[in-house]
Amino acid sequence: MLAYYLELALRSLKRSPGLTALMVLAIGFGVAASMTTWSVFRAVSGDPIPWKSSQLFVPQIDAWGPKGHRGGDDNEPQDAMNYTDAMALMRDHRAKRQSAMYQISPSVVPAQAGKHPLNVGGHAVYSEFFPMLDAPFLYGSGWDAQDDAQRAAVVVISSKLNEKLFGAVNSVGKTVNIEGKDYRVVGVLDNWNPQPRFYDVVNTGGFSEQVEDVFIPFERAIAVGIPNDGNTNCSETPKESGFVGLQQSSCIWIAYMAELEDAAAVTAYRQYLDGYARAQQTAGRFTWAPNNKLRDLPAFLDHEQVVPSDTKVSLLVALGLLLVCLVNTVGLLLAKFLRRSGEIGVRRALGAPRKAIYLQFLTEAGVVGLTGGVLGLLLTGVGVASVGMVLPKSISDLARLDLSLLVVTLVVAVLATLLAGLYPTFRASRVQPAWQLKSN
Amino acid sequence: MQIRPILAAMRHHKAGTVLIALQIALTLAIVCNALFIIQQRITRMSRPSGVSESNLFVIRSDWADKSDTQRIDAQMQADLIALRQLGSVQDAASTNSFPLRGTGWDNYIKLQPDQPRMTTDSAIFFSDDHTLATLGTRLIEGRNFTASEVAAQKPRDAMHAAQVIISKDLARRLFPQGSALGKTIYVSMGQAPSTVIGVTDTLQAHMTGSWAGPYAYNAVLIPARLLNDYTYYLVRAKPGQLEAAMRDAPKALFAQSRMRIIDHKDGVMSFAQVRQRAYERDVGMAILMGIISVVLLAITAAGIVGLTSFWVGQRRKQIGVRRALGATRGDILSYFLTENLLIGIGGVLAGAVLAIGINLWMVTQFEMARLSLAYVVAGVAALLVLGQGAVLAPALRASRVSPVEATRSV
Repeated sequence: MLAYYLELALRSLKRSPGLTALMVLAIGFGVAASMTTWSVFRAVSGDPIPWKSSQLFVPQIDAWGPKGHRGGDDNEPQDAMNYTDAMALMRDHRAKRQSAMYQISPSVVPAQAGKHPLNVGGHAVYSEFFPMLDAPFLYGSGWDAQDDAQRAAVVVISSKLNEKLFGAVNSVGKTVNIEGKDYRVVGVLDNWNPQPRFYDVVNTGGFSEQVEDVFIPFERAIAVGIPNDGNTNCSETPKESGFVGLQQSSCIWIAYMAELEDAAAVTAYRQYLDGYARAQQTAGRFTWAPNNKLRDLPAFLDHEQVVPSDTKVSLLVALGLLLVCLVNTVGLLLAKFLRRSGEIGVRRALGAPRKAIYLQFLTEAGVVGLTGGVLGLLLTGVGVASVGMVLPKSISDLARLDLSLLVVTLVVAVLATLLAGLYPTFRASRVQPAWQLKSN
Repeated sequence: MQIRPILAAMRHHKAGTVLIALQIALTLAIVCNALFIIQQRITRMSRPSGVSESNLFVIRSDWADKSDTQRIDAQMQADLIALRQLGSVQDAASTNSFPLRGTGWDNYIKLQPDQPRMTTDSAIFFSDDHTLATLGTRLIEGRNFTASEVAAQKPRDAMHAAQVIISKDLARRLFPQGSALGKTIYVSMGQAPSTVIGVTDTLQAHMTGSWAGPYAYNAVLIPARLLNDYTYYLVRAKPGQLEAAMRDAPKALFAQSRMRIIDHKDGVMSFAQVRQRAYERDVGMAILMGIISVVLLAITAAGIVGLTSFWVGQRRKQIGVRRALGATRGDILSYFLTENLLIGIGGVLAGAVLAIGINLWMVTQFEMARLSLAYVVAGVAALLVLGQGAVLAPALRASRVSPVEATRSV
């Protein structure tokens, strides 16, 4: 039966090629616009570490007090830490795993003579950083707590830097010259470039084209004075000058992340943070009541507004376009179906139940939807490929045409058209056979 | 023209009427907001930078050895001499940032040292006596820095700028009455006072984000070389020699010292590239909104053509009867035009309300300004004209239906 309806549908669509083309084009463009913008939105609003994000937390401690707030009702503690608080939290070590971190941009001098020094990006982190974030290793591994304590000259490098310096062989054990000192490679990361750069949103703004090439032990970086390359925010001028002065100041420049396994651990950590702030208050360092926040990663990314509002607006506008295309399709299908009232009357008079009429016309709508979906697929392909002309590279690069996008595009097209076909089909099924036969 | 019979006829095809009106309403609402976004972006992009942009370019030089600030200081001074001596170069200056760069250094500006809140926020540009000439920015009051006033400044040290030059807009913000010249301001967390020795013409800050809207033209020029991990060189080429200068300058710098990194991709950028980069998002958003508007209008017009054609086909017999009873072609034509106009008016009225509603909602959700009514009025007019244009072809076809049709069955 379905094959017969399919044949009827094709024949009917062929009878009015203009109208059919119009519907297919409308569905195609509507679906393609929404799918292209959705692919971007999906890329930027996706969870960068879905299997673990609910266990990763960003503690925020108000180290500036009311005078450091932006004013009004804003009582939000700072989104980064100063050195004193970050070190206290690391020393207390109350989470399952934790790491303070800061962005660095040291120069690396290649061993081969005559090669230019490279400027690389990276972070100074603690050993627990790698297992906490499930960073994938191509060779070797991260360093251990002993290396942290001893301020060992060890480094984890990206596979890209490994390729550049050592020609893509296992370089574990070899040395890299960073800022004039030799570091032993302990691990090579396997193409790790999470977007958004969730472990340090404050300094990267979320999306960054620059690959993270080196990770070195935090206290080592402090000891040899590799300065921070990220943002520094101060509420007052540091008393002492230089990088050491920055460490003694209340300026914030350190990101912090903690892994807390369950609700009990989260509650305990909240209490710990409040206790810490209260102790600071007692000691006279803070002259205000504890004002801390402990957000999990998705909540923190949301708070930092990592998803650019432009992508949200474009998605909404594109969905609006799809809606108009659907309204348009409803109108055209209605016209098309009701034009065949005579045919419907004959079928009904010959004994076809309403169900049969439904099936026949929804099949026709489905065919339009599928054809529109195929056109939509092609246009989505073009859209995703050319989204780089419209959006900044750091974001457009993330939009990809993958199997799930293809499937969703087709499903959306067919479902939307079927939905649009419901009312016209309902009207068609209500056609009075007697009336139609009489007027003929 | 009789409107009553048209309304009566509409009642017989309510669904089609409502669908066209709905489509017009949605299209109007979306297109109004999309065009408004486009207009806002274009306004943003056409703001002046206050810099004479042609013949200007920037070089970013990262130091391979960042530890020795004394050597960096010496190198910067040598670099500047080398750049200024080039045949294709008119002038050069070192700086930490420049208009439209996007990121940089901004400080709270205060009028009293112990003031709890800032008076305003401003970009900090480290400058020397060549900066204004290199930027091509005019001084409207006071004097330029002298070479002897330019000191070295380590990035994490307290700033002690005895003299500063500020932009016109900052001057007006700080001293709404009278001249800023000779007044004292605090540019570094209320530490040391700085005297305003000059006021420049319009000069844009590095910040381009929408949060920085109120501060977009606030700039303080500090007479210092910032001994950071990197420096920017602003270079003004001699007229017509931009390309040559952009080729020569990095070579001259490498001839000075190879212990530096100039990114091969964006280490040397003409100011046109800087501007393009700063407004990349805005251009993209405007293009996207433009494409969506065009597609929307096209689909709506096509939808009107499709449905009206169907109605004309459905009513051929009635049209024939009317023609046989003496209606002229013009009568039939104006019947369909009026019918469409009535539907269109219903649609645009609903659409105007919807457009304003959507805009008000977007204002609360995103950084968006209030839609000006002129857009709604223009959108209403455009959609009515579009509707009439779309209906013209089917209506003309209807007017050509011969009275003979009345006698035919079916």
